Amino acid sequence: MTWDWQVFLTDDGSGRTYLEWMFEAWRWTLAVAASSWVVAMLVGAVVGTLRTVVAALANAWVELFRNIPLLVQIFLWYFVVPKIFPAFQQVPGFLLVVFGLGFFTSARIAEQFRAGIQALPKGQRYAAMAMGFTTAQSYRYVILPMAFRIILPPLTSESMNLLKNSSVAFAVSIAELTMFAMQAQEETSRGIEVYLAVTALYALSAFAVNRVFALIEKQMRVPGFIVSGGTGGH
Amino acid sequence: MLGLDFSYFDLEVLRKFVLGGLLFSIQLTVVATIGGVIFGTLLALMRLSGTKVLTIPATFYVNGMRSVPLVMVILWFYLLMPFVIGRPIGAEWSAIITFVAFEAAYFSEIMRAGIQSIPRGQVFAGQALGMTYGQNMRLVILPQAFRNMLPVLLTQTIILFQDTSLVYAIGAYDLLKGFTNAGKIYGRSEEAYILAAVVYFVICFALSWSVKRLQAKIAIVR
Repeated sequence: MTWDWQVFLTDDGSGRTYLEWMFEAWRWTLAVAASSWVVAMLVGAVVGTLRTVVAALANAWVELFRNIPLLVQIFLWYFVVPKIFPAFQQVPGFLLVVFGLGFFTSARIAEQFRAGIQALPKGQRYAAMAMGFTTAQSYRYVILPMAFRIILPPLTSESMNLLKNSSVAFAVSIAELTMFAMQAQEETSRGIEVYLAVTALYALSAFAVNRVFALIEKQMRVPGFIVSGGTGGH
Repeated sequence: MLGLDFSYFDLEVLRKFVLGGLLFSIQLTVVATIGGVIFGTLLALMRLSGTKVLTIPATFYVNGMRSVPLVMVILWFYLLMPFVIGRPIGAEWSAIITFVAFEAAYFSEIMRAGIQSIPRGQVFAGQALGMTYGQNMRLVILPQAFRNMLPVLLTQTIILFQDTSLVYAIGAYDLLKGFTNAGKIYGRSEEAYILAAVVYFVICFALSWSVKRLQAKIAIVR
């Protein structure tokens, strides 16, 4: 077998090269993953916090989104939701996928937040009460900031999972990397070169996420408080 | 209600379209779990061996598999299998091989944690009894590691069952495909997706509930 990397410089039939198409697809992957991450973090933090206050509703949310395969959830958002709720017919497919991926991941992130809050020493809560904080204030200023730092390592791997899971968007024709891989493979018959490049981009993106979180972890470390295996401290 | 009509999906239709797919999904899950645990344990032992010739390839394999989306791994195997075997291979067989290879990487991490959770005294005790490395692993370490990790292994199996739906990428006939096919034929795709979600939910919820029960039971024994 011989390599043929020049395939990336050939025209795909619409005036752009396969290389340009691939980078456009990469941007879609990053856009889907980044938008879903915002949804997942917001919803996950709220649901995870509620799980320590009003458990039943939050538990139902987590069980619902955790026990249905991501692909089926994406299909539900893309095909079923617009049919049942006509208001969603105006919503672009990209956003529907973002909701699907975001809510799916929010269930996992909610679990992390709950674990993080429960892992906090009781003294933190009492300290907030002693300062005269209301419940809302103690969550806002004391508990959540600490819990967030505790769960940064599992959040890192959930975020990398989210990036990899964005590949499922191919199933509803979002023009992201996996979709590119399948179509370019079919059109050029140079599957190995195309897959290698796409795989490298996924690995590179996941690595970048990992580094960004390592940086955040370093920047946000509370001096004197040993959190998540950070060295130093007292 | 809401313009949905589930009346097409009677027992006859479910038996004709869905049953075969469900059986394949279960088969894929069971084979990938057993194969994944066996190869995963081997990978874990390689990584813990302390010999570079074994640790480096095992680490490379596990980290490589874990940094690529499962859909891409499924596509890779489907593309490469015909070259390796020398003849075309069906989507179903390709899926089974892919899942064993992919899950081995994830199960190896679980088994590695399990083996490391065994106190060193256990290893020394086995050695003091004159056991060889193989006997020590087989009779002392692995049974305990396996037992400690059983809840995590089963949770991973539930995730694996959900992930089998991704064979959609190569068109293998699984549970989801059964529902989508039936939905297309009767022009009732939306209802088919909802039913698929319900079936997956019931199975996964029941399984994760049993894992929780099991976990409580094991915790008492310890």
